[in-house]
Amino acid sequence: MLANRKVILTLLACALPLAMLAALSSGPVSIDIPAAIVDGWYSDSSDAVILWQLRLPRAVLAILVGAALGLGGAAMQGMLRNPLAEPALLGVSSGAALAAILVLYYGAVSIGLVLPLLAILGALLAVASVWLLAGRGASASRLVLAGVAINAFLSALMALALNYAPSMFAMQEIVFWLLGSLANRGWDQVLLALPFVLIGALFLFFSRNYLRALSLGEASASSLGFGGRRYPLLVLFGIAFAVGSSVAVAGTIGFIGLVVPHLMRPLVGQDPGRLLWASALAGALLLLLADVLVLNTVGTQELRIGAVTAFIGAPFFFWLIVKGRREASL
Amino acid sequence: MNEPLPIHCENLCLSRNQRQVLDTISCNFRAGALTAVIGPNGAGKSSLLSCLAGALPAATGRLQLGDRAAASVSAAERARLLAYLPQQESPAWSMVAEDLVALGLLPWGRSIDSQHKRERVSRALEDVDAVSLSRRPVTQLSGGELRRIQLARLLVGEAPVLIADEPGAALDIRHQLQLMQTFRQQADSGKTVILALHDLPLAARYCDHIVMLQGGRLRAQGSPEHVLTPEQVGDVYGVHSEFRWRDGRPEFVTGDLV
Repeated sequence: MLANRKVILTLLACALPLAMLAALSSGPVSIDIPAAIVDGWYSDSSDAVILWQLRLPRAVLAILVGAALGLGGAAMQGMLRNPLAEPALLGVSSGAALAAILVLYYGAVSIGLVLPLLAILGALLAVASVWLLAGRGASASRLVLAGVAINAFLSALMALALNYAPSMFAMQEIVFWLLGSLANRGWDQVLLALPFVLIGALFLFFSRNYLRALSLGEASASSLGFGGRRYPLLVLFGIAFAVGSSVAVAGTIGFIGLVVPHLMRPLVGQDPGRLLWASALAGALLLLLADVLVLNTVGTQELRIGAVTAFIGAPFFFWLIVKGRREASL
Repeated sequence: MNEPLPIHCENLCLSRNQRQVLDTISCNFRAGALTAVIGPNGAGKSSLLSCLAGALPAATGRLQLGDRAAASVSAAERARLLAYLPQQESPAWSMVAEDLVALGLLPWGRSIDSQHKRERVSRALEDVDAVSLSRRPVTQLSGGELRRIQLARLLVGEAPVLIADEPGAALDIRHQLQLMQTFRQQADSGKTVILALHDLPLAARYCDHIVMLQGGRLRAQGSPEHVLTPEQVGDVYGVHSEFRWRDGRPEFVTGDLV
């Protein structure tokens, strides 16, 4: 099992550069990658500009966002002791989305980084409200309940904003944003999301043993020295930073956080601490591959990556159910 | 090795959902003694144990670990001093048994190297007669097998205080006796062992000290012979009983309802 686990993680880590290469060579025009690399960062040959300023940041962003979503999903499932939990459950995504919608609504999108910054703030506020609503020493089930309530309220506000959208154009912007996309993103978005994702990952790194202890339930975790409010707060805000910042730069991309930990459990075991890093790696790989698919789909309108991940996610659940049925009948 | 660590509580009170579950409980748990906390359903046994283990906060009264106030001991240190097994502990994920046992070593973090950790885990599995289960996923174990794995998790840290809530409830007779012998040995080695028990014959046979609760209050405490009198058992449980000595060993038998 141990050797097996290492092999799988190594394979995943090796697959990442290959997927990266596929992403760099995908796009509407074909470029000479070796030549563009030789030309270097500062060259103004069109191939170099496409590689260094368009395709590379997009691929890096896919890795960053995918890793954040995978990490957030694994942490969420660990904390709620529920394999069906995903970061969106605690209102992280809808908090970020609502803030983004309000920005798009007032047409402030031209001011570059205003949207992502406010979206991160939205995610943090949403999680803070869930925490306050759930109250002191809340159990996992009460946190979920508070998350569902906050989520429902934020969705209502989003519906209202869409309803009164000032123009068809604003409406279209909002809907496309909600579908999630990595198109037209540059180094600005990468640099904006990176520190927040790292803060989130650091928070989750410090809570990995809490998540392990929590496998036994809250009373046992508390007797193992993981009682009190500190650890749940660390996990919640870790998720808010990592997932909130990725929603902020790439829109709402569903299913990665839900599916990836499921995919990794049979491969690396069920330990929630170990699952964090495996899911980050697999999330990065999956989103990068989904983006390669997007880049190689022909059409007048670009396929949104949120739609692609939903098409990966839903059949995955069909498969889970069929597998469960088959095992039950054996 | 670890210093012996007696526990002393004084006027412990606890309310949950506007109900007083512990009412001015004062009692001692000696190091080197096996203490049973007994009482009918709802008497407050589990609440008292989780209070002692620090899993239930906000109790008024005084709780001493050795010569220190429990409140002055950090959560991390407390976890190294007290090992606690709640009445119900269901693993959320299907890890293999030895990984579950190793969770009992979390309070020590990296201060124990992995070779040493593996040795401790296999020793704890031996103690509960579960070596053959070590590679099995815990969700595939029977209730009694899982309980033995959880007991190994309790023992693996070699904490000076062991607290277990109904540890033998799901076990067959052989494993119940084996379990009580294990706790007996742990107590004889100088540990403070505290068990909530429903099985009064087992309590009479193996324990040095009994704390009897009724409706959240302390009804009696002392040696089994002193606590398990027909009058007190009849009054608290509503059952006829007899405490007798046979071949120099205490024996407790129950009869009809009062």
